[in-house]
Amino acid sequence: MPERTDTVRATRRSPLGAGPQVSGPDYPGAMPPVPDETPPDTPSAAVPASAGGRPAALEVRGLWKRFGEKIAVAGVDLRVPAGSFYGLVGPNGAGKTTTLSMATGLLRPDFGQVLVQGHDLWADPVRGKSLLGVLPDGVKLFDRLSGAQLITYAGLLRGMDRATVAQRVGDLLTALDLSADADTLVVDYSAGMTKKIALACALVHAPRVLVLDEPFEAVDPVSAANIREILAGYVASGGTVVVSSHVMDLVQRMCDHVAIIAGGQVLAAGTIDDVRAGSSLEDRFVALVGGRSTGEGLAWLRTSSASS
Amino acid sequence: MVAHLVRLKLTLLRNGLRRSAWQVVGLVLGLLYGLGIVAAVLVALAALSTQDVEVVRLALVLGGSLLVFGWWVVPLVAFGVDSTVDPARFATLPLPRRTMIAGLSVVGLVGVPGIATTLITLGTVGTWWRQPQALGPAVVGALLGLALCVVGSRTTTTVLAPLVTRRRFREVAAVAAFLPFMLIGPIGSVLEERLSGTEDIWPDVVRVLGWTPFGAPWALTADAAEGDWAAGLAKLGIALGTLAVLLVAWSRGLDAALVRGPQDGRTRSRTRGLGFFGRLPATPTGAVAARCLTYWLRDSRYAAGVVIVPLLPVILWFSAGDGWVMLLLGPLVGYLMGWTVSADVAYDGTPFWTHVAAPIDGRVDRAGRAWAAGVLGVPVTVVLALVSLQLTGRWSLALPVLGASLGVFATSLGVASAVSSRLVYQVPKSGESPFSTAQGGASAGLLAQLLGTGAVFVLGLPTTGLAVAGVVTGSTVLGVLALVVGVGLGALVLVLGVRLGGSMYDRRAPELLERLVSFG
Repeated sequence: MPERTDTVRATRRSPLGAGPQVSGPDYPGAMPPVPDETPPDTPSAAVPASAGGRPAALEVRGLWKRFGEKIAVAGVDLRVPAGSFYGLVGPNGAGKTTTLSMATGLLRPDFGQVLVQGHDLWADPVRGKSLLGVLPDGVKLFDRLSGAQLITYAGLLRGMDRATVAQRVGDLLTALDLSADADTLVVDYSAGMTKKIALACALVHAPRVLVLDEPFEAVDPVSAANIREILAGYVASGGTVVVSSHVMDLVQRMCDHVAIIAGGQVLAAGTIDDVRAGSSLEDRFVALVGGRSTGEGLAWLRTSSASS
Repeated sequence: MVAHLVRLKLTLLRNGLRRSAWQVVGLVLGLLYGLGIVAAVLVALAALSTQDVEVVRLALVLGGSLLVFGWWVVPLVAFGVDSTVDPARFATLPLPRRTMIAGLSVVGLVGVPGIATTLITLGTVGTWWRQPQALGPAVVGALLGLALCVVGSRTTTTVLAPLVTRRRFREVAAVAAFLPFMLIGPIGSVLEERLSGTEDIWPDVVRVLGWTPFGAPWALTADAAEGDWAAGLAKLGIALGTLAVLLVAWSRGLDAALVRGPQDGRTRSRTRGLGFFGRLPATPTGAVAARCLTYWLRDSRYAAGVVIVPLLPVILWFSAGDGWVMLLLGPLVGYLMGWTVSADVAYDGTPFWTHVAAPIDGRVDRAGRAWAAGVLGVPVTVVLALVSLQLTGRWSLALPVLGASLGVFATSLGVASAVSSRLVYQVPKSGESPFSTAQGGASAGLLAQLLGTGAVFVLGLPTTGLAVAGVVTGSTVLGVLALVVGVGLGALVLVLGVRLGGSMYDRRAPELLERLVSFG
């Protein structure tokens, strides 16, 4: 386990989302409410910068992103310690994908900084991107290539030599159970196979930091277990993994750190045990995010009571 | 329901306009252009109305036939059919086929070409004001003509789309399907030349045209004006029958398209080994080139962009024979082959993130794409330039012709390399019919094409100027100069275009990706 430098922060949101913020037990200051003007340029002091001297594997400071009227990410700070298995959870539309896109150089933030092993990603994209392996969500692959071609492409694009690429392509296809479909075009893959081949592309250059957006979506249980094992081995050997997911159980079992995001802000972050504070991660998540409806009001959907 | 579809189309258009100022500019230019044409045609129609019935018939049937024919064929070879309201998106809704066809037909009229055609066809009714008994038939004929235009364009694109989308044998099928369409024009012009010796051929041509689906809706009014009600009724039957056949064909095509879904043929296709990835240099640039080459061969949108290339010599031969116009073949092909790269990033779509996420600088991306286009474009351009020399028997002009061809190719490739890292516009998605135009993509894309083509023209001027001088004078010195300048200046433009495109890519790649993602 890495050194305990992360502060646990937990703030409760008012039902309307932008009301007064209640500060959590471990965090002295209150989170800034969503401002309606320019956000501050200086990163908020929420995350101690590079505490302990050793740079975090991935650090995100004061990220903001607005799409038209909607502020998708409103001042997100995250510190992913090196060697951690970091889960990012949040409801739909919380800003997870936007945050991860900005953290991997795919989407330019309006404000804020991204540090990959201490290197400013947006100031020197080539350096930062060479350390990252990325599996984004909601975008397609070059699906007119075969599986083997696609992984080869990812490897060659990152300047690896042909022999190494060829060997790793074989290893990855075997590990992900795709050998039989190595020569099938990716366009003809199922959703789960597509996720797996995208994961292979993210892994082929043995990155220092892996950022995976919804890697288990549509993946069958056996493949998911294989992927978890691969990722766990990778973390054990000193790699760092960031995954986003909806599945709390999975995150609780798999990750050692977690951040809960909603409404474009971090509600709580830290080690799993600190964040869940005794209860299950799911209960804690629901308590923090709120918004559970009782399921009443859809009476017409209950076919037994309808008409007849 | 029809009103719903039209409202949907208008909403999509408005949202598209709100998103990009370029689309507004494109739309305004298109509207001005369309209105200009409409005004000119209406003035001509007014002048026409004072002429004899025979003259009016001549003009209306010829013009009307061209209009219908254009609606049927132009979407296949040029701009595509607006796919804003794509029938495949309604696959899950329980809509009667009849409603959908009616809705899509009306939606087809919303747009610059649709509005212009509507105004012009309604204008034709006015030409008959001196023959009151023909006014009723004129209204019927105009409406039928309009319906034939819109329904015909939907039918041809719906029915022919699967031919071109199918991966295997795609090129062959596409060319075979297009050949008759593309040759009708040239054959017509040849016929015209051969026949124009005998002075009064036109009335006969028009008489024949009047009995075809293209001319019938316009000719029936003329028959009515002359009191030949039997012929008029027969032509009404022809027009109505054609419309019915088109509707049935369209309906069948829609059924097939809805079942097929947006994906093309679900046959699992396999490749053997790594293809180009095993043969090109194992560098990032080589990898980009290998990927692009693979796409040139596997993605029907690239084929649709250059489908006209193998037909150009035939078309030029029919329209110019062995005249000097044939010598334009090389430069034309060079321009087309080079310019295809201008839509490269747009064709990538969201998979472009692979490049953005990789630690490469812009020059790698640009150079890789340019290499791929060069590997294909140089041989094709040179071969077709040689073909033009052989066909015209003017091998003495080899130097200037080759100089101009290669020069235009490199210039076009260079400009396209710069343009495509700045501008992306909506294109049919991979696997969609290459004949569809995405919403608002047409106007923005057209504008980009115009600006880029202008740049290619200006930058290529020294080369083409020297080449023309060489061809006209037959001077060897000028010919050598054209070749040297063509290759040298072309290479310079290409290198500068790749560099400029590369530095724009470095600054704006995430923004490009953001736009591609917003296209969905």
